Formats: sequence, structure tokens, C-alpha cells
Amino acid sequence: MLFRNITSPHTIRPNAVTTVMLRVILALVPGIITMTWLFGWGILINIVLATITAVVSEAFCIKLRGRPVMPALSDLSAIVTALLFAIAIPPLLPWWLTVLGAAFAIILIKQMYGGLGYNPFNPAMAAYVLLLVSYPADMTAWLPPVVLNENPLNFMQTLSAIFAGVAPEGMTWDGLSGATPLDSMKIGFSQNQLLSEIRTGPLWQGMIAGYGWEWPSIAFLLGGLWMIYKRVITWHIPVSMLGPLFLFGLVFSLLDPEAHPFPLFHLFSGGAILGAFFIATDPVSACTTPRGRLFYGAAIGAWIYIIRTWGGYPDAVAFAVLLLNMSAPIIDHLTQPKVYGHGSKK
Amino acid sequence: MHNTTTNSTRKLWTFHGGIHMPDHKAQTCDAAIEPIKLPSQLILPLKQHVGSIALPVVEVGQRVLKGELIAKSTAYISAPLHAPTSGVVTEIGDAFIPHPSRLPALSITIKPDGKDEWITADPATHNPEQLTLEALATIIGDAGIVGLGGGTFPSSVKASANDIHTLILNGAECEPYITCDDRIMRERADKIINSAAIIKRVLGANECLIGIEDNKPEAIAEMQRAVSDGGHSGIEIVTIPTLYPSGGEKQLIQILTGKEVPSGSNPTQIGIVCFNVATAEAIYEAITASRPMISRIVTITGEGIKRPCNVEALLGTPINELIAQAGGYSDTAEKLIIGGPMMGFTVDTDQLPLTKGVNCLLVVSESEIPTAGPGIACIRCSECANVCPTSLLPQQMYWFSRSQNLEKSEEYNLFDCIECGCCSHVCPAEIPLVQYFRSTKTAVTENNAANAKNERARMRNEARTARLEKLDAEKREKTRLKKEAMQKKKEEAAAKAAAEGASDDSQTKEIEAAKKRVLEKKDVETNKVSKPRNTENLTAEQQQQIDQADLRRKADSADMPSATEEK
Repeated sequence: MLFRNITSPHTIRPNAVTTVMLRVILALVPGIITMTWLFGWGILINIVLATITAVVSEAFCIKLRGRPVMPALSDLSAIVTALLFAIAIPPLLPWWLTVLGAAFAIILIKQMYGGLGYNPFNPAMAAYVLLLVSYPADMTAWLPPVVLNENPLNFMQTLSAIFAGVAPEGMTWDGLSGATPLDSMKIGFSQNQLLSEIRTGPLWQGMIAGYGWEWPSIAFLLGGLWMIYKRVITWHIPVSMLGPLFLFGLVFSLLDPEAHPFPLFHLFSGGAILGAFFIATDPVSACTTPRGRLFYGAAIGAWIYIIRTWGGYPDAVAFAVLLLNMSAPIIDHLTQPKVYGHGSKK
Repeated sequence: MHNTTTNSTRKLWTFHGGIHMPDHKAQTCDAAIEPIKLPSQLILPLKQHVGSIALPVVEVGQRVLKGELIAKSTAYISAPLHAPTSGVVTEIGDAFIPHPSRLPALSITIKPDGKDEWITADPATHNPEQLTLEALATIIGDAGIVGLGGGTFPSSVKASANDIHTLILNGAECEPYITCDDRIMRERADKIINSAAIIKRVLGANECLIGIEDNKPEAIAEMQRAVSDGGHSGIEIVTIPTLYPSGGEKQLIQILTGKEVPSGSNPTQIGIVCFNVATAEAIYEAITASRPMISRIVTITGEGIKRPCNVEALLGTPINELIAQAGGYSDTAEKLIIGGPMMGFTVDTDQLPLTKGVNCLLVVSESEIPTAGPGIACIRCSECANVCPTSLLPQQMYWFSRSQNLEKSEEYNLFDCIECGCCSHVCPAEIPLVQYFRSTKTAVTENNAANAKNERARMRNEARTARLEKLDAEKREKTRLKKEAMQKKKEEAAAKAAAEGASDDSQTKEIEAAKKRVLEKKDVETNKVSKPRNTENLTAEQQQQIDQADLRRKADSADMPSATEEK
């Protein structure tokens, strides 16, 4: 009898990349549903556009590289990138920008570096920053959430806005869009308003970070906690990233309460929660050592606060993540754990 | 003084990482150790231990008795071999052995005669009460005892260590499927405990800790009973949490003492000696019954086996006969693994002998343990680093291994990897990490050996050059001294001649003049012949060039002697 020869260990493997990616996608679902309800069909249309573009780009590159296409697609990583990118961009973004961004993410940021596992930057965030820097007006035109929107767009109106660039009859682009809480906060402070003056009007009926606006963050938080429970991610990066963001917010808010929003506002507005659980935790572009991950998360949190408060952009998750992506290799190198039998820390 | 302390009073430490997984021990943990009928032949590889190969002391055709020495130890780290039963040596030559390399190795084959006749026991039985450290090491060494947990390190080396404060017996048995240590602790607890008491006393250790994973409550209870019945002090059964690889020597030491074995050294350097429980039992048999290591207990299990069991089999028993004892293969048998699932290796045939290090024969079906996929790109999730019991960064090591960056691999402590398999087990990309590390370790070792060889060659060459230069200098010095002496002699002779007077001065002058004439004539003739024609009408410039060349030639030939001597 001739037996099969394979290398040890001989076990049923408990983990698989596809499972990891699938769980990330599942964890995004509550947030996506919440966003779709708040901001309309645009969110779903963006998701479909970005996903198709990402998968086609991935297949194209893999084929060019002469590798089997189906195994590479079945790891679902292109879909995760597409989803993260699609929920970061405004709901009525012209279709070609969405396609451009998703293709850029996959072709230039991911596959040009060698595909899954080799990209130094988070593809979704790199694409987001590319568009934000190149098309700032389009990229900052958000719709008001449905709870504040008297004329939510129907499916056909959304389609024609995205694909034909036509505003619905009787409405102007300016009339359509609404300032995000981070925007209105930034504009308010730049006009030397006090916090209590800014926080007036229907936008601020909410509990923490703007009426409606804060709800997707809560949904993403639930998804993120589920990922920690399922061991898709560890607590290190989310906690170390949101910690400093909260602490910075607390310190400045205590020092000068009228000139700085309270700390929970920072956590639940913009992309902080989404970034902490879904983007900064992207293992490929993040730090890998335990201490390195804490430092990595903390630095992202600090950068977000710094750029939001003193920088030119209302939100900063993408910039902060990319800055730390660049630093990850050196942080990893400097934070190697103490190996068994090697005495004190290096 | 009874010591039945449970570990509720003892502080335990933890090691980094580790994994929980189904232990699959239920298949065999209640199967009592059974004997096996005499096999048709016994194949005994001369190297079934860590260290130098044993040297045969028998010849083909020679009859040997059970327990007779058939190959002797050749070095400090080596182990002898004994005939497992009486019979005739039929062959000394290459045979296939259970080794991942699948290469044949020098072995002695014995055909049993069925009498199972013991060699007359050594009348000088040892009194355990009066054993010295030296005597214990000799007994263990002569009995050919090696680590039975799978390490196969010669036990005599450990038993001769000085300044030992803690003796540890390893009953953790953390690998799934394997139950041979569980069974030996349940069935032969008294022997193990007595052995522990003897070794502890001889080593001068303060305490003996016996670590057993908490998934073996019967073994723990039985061992505790043995400690209590024997009235031993300073021996403690310590229940440790089930977590792979707590049975790794370094990990068990960390759990029980909180100490780390320094990298590149062994536990004796921190005053600890660690034996497997089965090894301790073998040591007891060697001390009290002069029984050398001729058999071992092996677990035969897995879905591919009809009747999973534990057997005590003679070393050298063909594996196929062991499988037959276990009822043979079931229809789903797909892979034959030597050892446990985590650290064992597959073999493609069962025509291999049982050796000292084989604690388990695991035959599995494809559904029980599916073949891992081909492996995809690493996504740097660091699950591998999270579970590594040595706190390594397997993901980084993999990167350097793949790029054959040997220097960086070593810098990331490749050689601290114990190859436990945790990283490969959890890798979502199914990358065979351990296989990479094994292969890179070999590459580093080979590379270092090649470097050392080059270094030796370089040093030899430098030494040779220096030696030749020295010889040369000596020779030149000698020549100089000779010349000086000659010169001196000449001068002395001249002075003497001058002193003797100028009587024959005119004659000498005449002779000198004649000599000169002859030389001049010769010179003119030579020039005529040797001078090339085209040099007759030279310009002044050309003549100058020629003169310079002549000068150079002269200067070169003046240096020549040293060059020609250099042979």
C-alpha cells in the first residue's frame, strides 16, 4: 500500500482567507443597510459599480500576470476593497469617478505591487485620496440623511444623477447636497463661531455626531465588535486608534469647551469607526507585531485629530491610514517581540 | 512525609500563544498496553538517536541473545543498541527507516528464533540507594536509553549534569491522538515515581515536578496515588491546562518554573533536567532489572486503523506487523503518519521498522485530515505570530525564507523555531510555514558549513604563504651570510697574500693581462655574431632605448634568484 506524502502539521485548518474576507463583508452589511436607508440608492449603485470594476480589474491583471483567475477572485479581497471604497465616497458621485477609483485601487495600488498581500497601501483609501485630491468638489458633495431631507431622490432620479449628471427637475446640485457634521463644524469654527452657536438647527438634534449621520457609525461599530468576537481582527488597532482620538478630544474640549467639539463627536462622525474597525485593521498594509499595532493605531488616531482640527480637510481617516501604511515596515522592525530564551527586550 | 499537594497551591506560568484543538485521544486512551507476538524479523537502524551512529559489534550469521549488545556507542552523544529478542543476525546493511528524508540507513537485521532467550542477567544488580551520578549516567548510557517523547536525545548526557535543582518529568502529551504516555502513567505509575525519586536524589535536585495536561485525569489520579503510596517527598504532580504545545520541553519548563531556557542552550544550564515519563520508566528498568532499551510503547490510531490500540513492541518490528496487530487498515486509510499530527511526518510505505523515537502510528482518512491546499499569498494577518510559543514572527521569517535571505532569517531567530506546527495550522493562506523554516534551517546550516570551509581554506592559504615567505627570507639571509663569509675569506686571503710579499707580482700581472686580452677578443667575436644586423645603423635615440632596455634586463636578472627559488 502506498500512502500520500504531505508536510506537517496534519490538521484540519481552522482559518481561510476567503472566510476572513467573507466575514468582513458580512460585518459591513448593517452599516451598508443603514447608509442606504439614510442616503438612498446612490450607496447601492456605487457598491455595484465599484464591485464590478474591481473584480474586472483584478481578473484582467491576474490574467496579464499569467496566473489562474478564479482562485484569485475567490479570495473575495477585491470585493472588500470595492465595498470599503464605495461606502467612503458620496452617494451621487459621477459614475466614471467611481469606476476610476475602483480601477486605480485594484490595478495600481494592489496588483502593480504584486497582488493580495503585497500592497503597502490600503487600496480603498489610496483611491479615495486620489479622488479627493483630484476632484474635491465632487468628493465632498454629500446628500443630507433621509431624516433631514425633504426631497429624497427615487431610484431613477439617482440613476440619472450618477450616470447623466442631471439634477432632478426643480432641484439644483447645491440644493441637493448637505453639509456633513464635520463640514459644518469646520466651517463654523473658521467663521469664529462658538461650539454652542454651531450646534443649532436640525442637523444637531442627534445625540452625538449629527442627526442621522451618527447611525452608520453605530452600525459599523456593531459589525466591528462582531469581527473581534469572530477573531477576524483583534482589539489592538481599533482600541489604540480610537483611544487617542477620544483622549485628544477630551483634553482640548476640557481646555476650551467652546472651541472644540466633545470627544464622542470625533469618534462617531466621519469615518472614524469605519476606519478603526475595517480600514486600519487591513492586515496587509498594517503593522503586524503586537506592540507595533498599538503604536500604529495610536498614531492614526492622533493624525486624525490633528488633521481634522488644524488641517485643511474636514475628515482625515484616509490620510492618517496612508501615512501610517508608509511607516508600518519600520514600526514592525523596531517593535519585534522578545523571543523565548533571548533575555531582555531588544 | 506524604506529599500529595495538588497544583491549587502551585503557581503556574503560561507560554506565549499555543493552540486549542480536538485531541482525538478517546480512540485509544482506554486501550491498555498490549504485548505483540514476535515479529518475523527485526530491523535495527544503527542511528535511532541524536548524535553519533552506533558501531556494530556482531557479525552476519552470529546468534544473539535478548538484551545482548549488538552495536556500541561511539561518542559522548550516542547510544548503543541491544538485540530485542534472541535470534540470528541475517544482515548488516542499508535498510529503509522511518525518517522524513526517506533515505536508507545502515541497520542490523535479526531473524528471531522464537525462544526469546535473555542474556544472563548481570549479577551486579544496582542498589538504587547508593547510585552515584557517574554510575547512573553509565547505567543509562549502557542501556541505550534515549528520550522517548520523540526527541531521542541520549538520556545519559542529561543524567550526568551537575548543579541541578529541579527535575521535571514530562507527562503533558500535548499532541492529539497520542496516548502512550497516558497509558504508561496509568499502568506503571509506581515505576515512574520510583524512577523520579532515584534520579532526583542522584542529581541532587530539590524537587521533582511532573507536568500532566488536565485532559488526562486518570493518569493524574494514578500518579498522585503512586507519590502518596511511595511516601516520596519533593515529588509533585502538577496538573497543567491543555494547550498545544505544552509538552514541548521548553514550554513545559516555562509553565512549571516560569524560567526560559536561554537560546541555543539546554535546560541543564538553568539547573533543570527534563525527562519524558516513558523515559523515566525505562531508566527504572535499567537500574533495577538491568533491562536495556529493547521495546517501546506506541499508539496505533486514526480512522484508517480498524482497531486503534496501544502496544508495547520490540524495537525493529516492521510497522506493517504493528498495523496488523491493530486489526489492519480500514478502507479509508489514506495517509500514514509517524508521530502525531502536528509534528509527525508522512511515509509512503509501511515496510519500515519501529525505532526508539516512534511514539505513534497515525493512519488517517482524507476526510479526517484533508490535505492542505497549495497555499496562497500571505495576507500578513499575524495569526502565526499570535500562536507561536516562542514569540517568533513566522510571517516575517517566511518572507525571508522565500527570498532565501539566510542572514535575515537568522536575525529573526529562525533557529529558535521548535517546528511545533502552530503557525502552519492557523495560517488562513494555508502556507506550509514550518516546511519553509525546516528547509531554510538546512540552507543556513549548509551555508555556514560552506563558509566555515572557505574560511579554513583561506586561513590555510594565508598560513602557507606566510610559511613560504619565512622560508624564503631565511634562505636569503643564509645566502647573504655565506656571501659575507666568502667576502671575508677573500679579503683575508688577499691580506695574507699582500703580507706574504710582492714576489710573484710581475707574473700575476702578466697572467691578468693575458686573461684580459682573451676576454676582449671573445667579446668582440660574440658581438659580431649576436648583434642583429639591423642594429648597425642606429640613430642616437634608438641606441638610447636599447641601452635602457639592457639596463632593465640587468636589473631584472639581479632580482631573479629570489623568484626562481620560490618553489
